[in-house]
Amino acid sequence: MAIAEQRTSPQAAQGSGEGNWHGIVLQTLKRNEISLIPYVPDRVLTPLIKNLHADPFFTTFATAREEEAVGIVSGAWMGGRRGAVLMQTSGFATLANVLASLAVPYQIPLIMFVSERGTLGEFNYGQSLVCRTMRPVLDSLALEHHTITRLDELEFITDRSIKQAVTTQAPVALILNPLLTGGKVFDK
Amino acid sequence: MNTRNTKVMNRFDVTSRLIAKLKHEEAVIGGIGNSNFDLWAAGHRPQNFYMLGSMGLAFPIALGVALAQPGRRVFALEGDGSLLMQLGALSTIAALKPKNLTMIVMDNGVYQITGAQPTPAAGIADIVAIAIGSGLANSAWAADEEDFERLVDEAMATTEPGLIAVRIDDKPGVGTTRRDPVQIRERFMHGLGVREPL
Repeated sequence: MAIAEQRTSPQAAQGSGEGNWHGIVLQTLKRNEISLIPYVPDRVLTPLIKNLHADPFFTTFATAREEEAVGIVSGAWMGGRRGAVLMQTSGFATLANVLASLAVPYQIPLIMFVSERGTLGEFNYGQSLVCRTMRPVLDSLALEHHTITRLDELEFITDRSIKQAVTTQAPVALILNPLLTGGKVFDK
Repeated sequence: MNTRNTKVMNRFDVTSRLIAKLKHEEAVIGGIGNSNFDLWAAGHRPQNFYMLGSMGLAFPIALGVALAQPGRRVFALEGDGSLLMQLGALSTIAALKPKNLTMIVMDNGVYQITGAQPTPAAGIADIVAIAIGSGLANSAWAADEEDFERLVDEAMATTEPGLIAVRIDDKPGVGTTRRDPVQIRERFMHGLGVREPL
């Protein structure tokens, strides 16, 4: 059997066009003065990460773990600089402790973008299982979260959620569904 | 310098020596447990932040503060057990090269607060060697209290991130931080000039 490759589907168009999901996310971050972007990479997020790196407005860098990224943007917020963390579903699953012991009790407007794996064509059983833990964890802490499936709703949800997080000093998770991004599909 | 040649110091004493040197509203992040208890006991400052959870994140939080306020010097106090949870953060900091961040590791080789069980690294791993291997060339063991103060003085003037490791005894923290996370965060933001009180 040939070595299986994992590719993003055609819907996840590359390029920096502002009509793309990742172009909208980038512009909305910029408009809300969110300039510090630590991330743990994900295939689907690649065009967003690439364009963030290319834009000098943003300080974009990889961290070794997602909770490390949460610590960094929490410190930055307290120092007066806004940030957001990019991750994959499985990375979110490592965050329960830092959400419950830092972001929520200290009232930090932690902005999380989660590329959703584990649904709508997942090929890795473990990913589909860990995905099922995400919303129960968010709900157990009564955290605001939205699953974004439509391009025409992306800017509204993202912009309003960022503003709400900042003004109410509460975390928010924006879950980027495969219906929006194309997701990751198994190709032979 | 090898850890075995260093004097065993005391966390509260070393923390107090650091605080006594801060004259320019430097930020100090106190890691979970005894690290922030002794920071609290050394005398509250508006620029102190005390961690009541999120073990291992003192250096990442300090990095965020340092990136947000490049004109302010930032110190972070972390235990060896906490640092072991987040060794990758050392490489992240080495890669970003903040000019204003100094990390201090209080190494007693035990999880003092949970019953003084030895860490997996106790007597095995060298924290300064790990830091240097992670890309933080400006890392050193403090030989004694005087050497610690000298290293802090150097850190005040340096333009690269640095790490100071201190071998400490197994005494518990001297004080106990008031466990009021919202007030801790809010007052820290006032201390950093980000917000005004109501």
